[in-house]
Amino acid sequence: MQALIDIDQLDLYYGDFQALKKVSLDIPEKAITAFIGPSGCGKSTLLRTLNRMNDMIPGTRIEGSIKVSGKDIYSSDVDVETLRKKVGMVFQQPNPFPKSIYDNVAYGPRLHGIADKQRLDEIVESSLRAAVLWDEVKDHLKRSALGISGGQQQRLCIARALAVEPDVLLMDESTSALDPISTLKIEELAQELKKRYTIVMVTHNMHQAARVSNQTVFFLNGEVIEYAETEKLFSNPVDSRTEDYISGRFG
Amino acid sequence: MAQSVGKQQPKPHLREEWVGRVYTFLCILFLLLTIFSMVYFVASKGLSTFIINKVNLAGFLTGLKWSPDSEPPLFGALPFLIGSFSTSILAAVIAAPLGFCAAVFMTQIMPKFGRKIMQPVIELLAGIPSVVYGFVGLSVIVPLFRDIFPGQGIGIAAGAVVLSIMILPTITTIATDALASLPAGLKEGSYALGATRWQTIYRIVLPTTMPALLTGIVLGIARAFGEALAVQMVIGNSPHIPRSLFESTSTLTSAITLSMGNTVMGSIQNNALWSLALLLMIMTFVFVFIVRMLERRSKL
Ligand SMILES: Nc1ncnc2c1ncn2[C@@H]1O[C@H](COP(=O)(O)OP(=O)(O)OP(=O)(O)O)[C@@H](O)[C@H]1O
Ligand SMILES: [Mg+2]
Repeated sequence: MQALIDIDQLDLYYGDFQALKKVSLDIPEKAITAFIGPSGCGKSTLLRTLNRMNDMIPGTRIEGSIKVSGKDIYSSDVDVETLRKKVGMVFQQPNPFPKSIYDNVAYGPRLHGIADKQRLDEIVESSLRAAVLWDEVKDHLKRSALGISGGQQQRLCIARALAVEPDVLLMDESTSALDPISTLKIEELAQELKKRYTIVMVTHNMHQAARVSNQTVFFLNGEVIEYAETEKLFSNPVDSRTEDYISGRFG
Repeated sequence: MAQSVGKQQPKPHLREEWVGRVYTFLCILFLLLTIFSMVYFVASKGLSTFIINKVNLAGFLTGLKWSPDSEPPLFGALPFLIGSFSTSILAAVIAAPLGFCAAVFMTQIMPKFGRKIMQPVIELLAGIPSVVYGFVGLSVIVPLFRDIFPGQGIGIAAGAVVLSIMILPTITTIATDALASLPAGLKEGSYALGATRWQTIYRIVLPTTMPALLTGIVLGIARAFGEALAVQMVIGNSPHIPRSLFESTSTLTSAITLSMGNTVMGSIQNNALWSLALLLMIMTFVFVFIVRMLERRSKL
């Protein structure tokens, strides 16, 4: 498999605090990569560097490089908005806009200049179908997105991210606020989506990582401790700290 | 569960409990009494113009001429109504965009500078007594308008400018609070889809906080509507409907403050002023009502 994202010797500082230390990773395309590790080890931080959401936090500084499709995303000629269009994100808490379901999904395409009603209708439908939400909401697209359940809201956020046709989907503990059934739905959805998208997900749920991901990265204190095929990492970890963590002995 | 716990426990703090309860109850009673007597007093005085002195209500609201000392006395409050509404609404038209922009700047663009420096400065602006505003208006704005526009410089325009500065803190503070309390997730969600900062502000931040922003405007208008002193100093105080923004006119409040010393309690002239006060009070109720409605809408 080909590496879509190539992280090389990445250091990230929040002011004086170093949150990521010499992180190097190749993330393959059209597969699910899971980030695991104890709280505060830098999973979200790394995920947010991939679409430069950390730019907005004052005092962050990075060294090293991240290439997406061979292009350094931190070089000065990169347009952050274009990058974020390519590298979409789904957050921990569902965060639908206080607009209708339709307008939520159409938000991204409209930003990027699509105004044609028919075209938008098509995008909204295909995105909602891809997020397995279409059948549940197709009869009330004009209703407020705040009125649907949390699990539906999260799938709406996924649909919203898919509507701008990204290559990569970043999911930061996107099921941790959901009930088991919604979680399962989103896991199934991720399995489906990896045929077309590259997915990177942060999770605290060991079983989830084992169930859905193709490869898993274990972090500790801002460092990559182990990176392997998911099956191998869970059945036969090389580092003893990885073993301790996945067997629940610390963290 | 809480109930059963309450039943089982003896109540060692019974006295404290009762002292507190009686005290708060008395305070509320006093407050209600004050409000009720105020409303009753103003209403009974204001209505006696129509009931005892038999002034025609429709004539009062639509009459163009206010001359209480002529024979027969004329009580047409329309010029004051027009003066009050036009100055306060114009003030809001000037202050609202400024307040919004200041709030956007303070919350979205330079939050640190905004909170540390801008916010205290704006609060300071709110604390300046209105006589100072009026004085500044009279010494700066009126001469300025006199030089630029035809007329004496006094009038609705000068009043509106002075009022707009006075209500700027109200609008800015409420808008800032609304913008600052916006969930961070919403903005991040927008950025993550490739929106720029301005796209996010226009498409997410402003629409979401719109009811609160409108609340700020209405409260600003209400404050402007009730302000007497500063307006009185720059508006000219002639009871006519002006033909331009730079012509002497009058408002409800300035009419009351100017004439109240010259009338005898119980006389028709005095009662007519109370009727103006009643009008002011009713308008305030209307503003409060509008704010309530907006607040309810913002909760949806
Ligand atoms: N904005 C910030 N400013 C300063 N330090 C931060 C900031 N955000 C995160 N950190 C620090 O960076 C480290 C990594 O944080 P990060 O959020 O990436 O952890 P995480 O692995 O995602 O944890 P969790 O599993 O709890 O979400 C933590 O020690 C955290 O305190
Ligand atoms: Mg995290």
